[in-house]
Amino acid sequence: MFSSFMINTWIAGTAIALVAALVGYFVVIRHSAFAAHALPLGAFPGAAAANLLGVNPFVGLLVFVGMGVLLLRQLARIGRRDVGTGLLLVLFLGVGALFLSMTSEYAPEVFSLLFGEMLGVSDADLWPILGICALVSVVMITIFRPLLLDSSFPDLAALQGISAARMDLIFLSLLALVTASALPVVGAFLVFTLLVGPPAAAQSLSVHPLRSLLLAVIFAESCIWSAIALSYWTNWPIGFFVGMLGAGLFTLARSYRHWSQRERPVVQVSGL
Amino acid sequence: MFAFLSSQPVQTALIVGSCAALISALIGVFTVLRGNAFAGHALADVSSAGGAASFLWGISPLLGFLGMAWIAAFGMEFLGVRKARERDLATGIVLGAGLGLSALFLYLDVTTTSTTGAAVSVMFGSLFAISQGLIWPAILAVLAVFLLVGLFYRPLILTAVDPDLATLRGVSPRWMGLLQLLVLGLAVAVCALAIGAVLATALLIGPAGAAIRLSRRPAQAIFWAMLVALTAVWLGIWMAYESYYWFSGNAWPVSFFVVALIFLFYLLAMFGSSWHQKYQRRSIASLRRLQEP
Repeated sequence: MFSSFMINTWIAGTAIALVAALVGYFVVIRHSAFAAHALPLGAFPGAAAANLLGVNPFVGLLVFVGMGVLLLRQLARIGRRDVGTGLLLVLFLGVGALFLSMTSEYAPEVFSLLFGEMLGVSDADLWPILGICALVSVVMITIFRPLLLDSSFPDLAALQGISAARMDLIFLSLLALVTASALPVVGAFLVFTLLVGPPAAAQSLSVHPLRSLLLAVIFAESCIWSAIALSYWTNWPIGFFVGMLGAGLFTLARSYRHWSQRERPVVQVSGL
Repeated sequence: MFAFLSSQPVQTALIVGSCAALISALIGVFTVLRGNAFAGHALADVSSAGGAASFLWGISPLLGFLGMAWIAAFGMEFLGVRKARERDLATGIVLGAGLGLSALFLYLDVTTTSTTGAAVSVMFGSLFAISQGLIWPAILAVLAVFLLVGLFYRPLILTAVDPDLATLRGVSPRWMGLLQLLVLGLAVAVCALAIGAVLATALLIGPAGAAIRLSRRPAQAIFWAMLVALTAVWLGIWMAYESYYWFSGNAWPVSFFVVALIFLFYLLAMFGSSWHQKYQRRSIASLRRLQEP
């Protein structure tokens, strides 16, 4: 399981889960689940286009996910935010389908882009992934306090001179970067589960920001490690295990909270 | 043009596509009014697992899409979506689990039954490859949805626009929510069959989103949504058919054209109505200026 061709996958998976939990924490408290679902799919045609043009897939992913962030903000401005997000998402998926139909290796390519390819991490891919993860972590630590304030008490943040529009842009850019690095490994669809499942489970167990952030990281790491191991043993797609483990964690955490709250009916002050 | 209309796959595509357009425009208006665009999208995505399973077990794809969409709908209802802020999360979790299942079924499709095209046709649709036997089930689904919505039109509209007022009027929000999910599942299944499970959202929310901007009356909005959806589907089928000649033998997928056209119509409706409002406001202001001495 830890043979040489698997090492890259383990390293990349660990780094991805760490930043996914950090950014996912804010996805949950900012209620941006739909955006977190849309951006990975926005990046999907990037990989297809890069494949078509023969350039590094990372360039394609970053270009398209950047376009996704800009268009998402524009569309949210002119109409209902959820309708705009949904339409942008299907437009990008449609463009991705078009690009893929132009290549000869249509079907297997679609599958590995959407649902992940465990052995898809080459030495050349590993460094960009690690670089992006380091960058995201550093930015996250620097802006943690203002972002937390803006996400939980927007009015208070505005009083302190924190621009909500700028925070939104920074948050979406971080989301886009995580997406671009995670997409080749876990696939466009399941990046989203990794972003939402572990942090949502963590937040139903603790309302304290740092404690639930730590829990989210632990959940995300155990989720991706077991997914890689199970996928290695059974040969089934890694996306299946990520999706199921994420949903399982959330359901367990929810039922635990439900059960323990019924035991002692304390009025919970949910600040965040 | 005659060659286009007399071709057998084109006829099937036009009929099934029109069914998808009509049903989704009708249900889409309710979905968008209720602010359920994410849930509608999630149902469509999850239904892909049913489509993939239908290849595995050799049942009708329409049944596969429908079964999985209904299971997901009840799953979301069950996971506690009473609080609005937790609805997004529950939807997302069901969505993730469904897509995971879909990954597994598609993988098993490829390894056990050697249908390599399953991933593509389930996810992105292949309107020109739909078998003729699916025409009648699709028409039946349309009739069932129109009948249900026709019977419960007023309570459905009231629940979508203002749930509290509806409860006051004696409409049970739980039954209406269930009915809404039931017909949403039917709509999603027909759309998924036509343009693919992950692209079905386009038909479901695009025309409705544009139509709600064009008219404030629900009945008018439904009419506009149907017009937009039918135009997009027919034009998309025609363009995909002709694209074989435009790009010298490399036809572009029909789902791409339909999605791109819907996006275009949405943008037109958005900008058109905001220009119209601006123009109206300016003319009112200039009228006032004329009236002042």
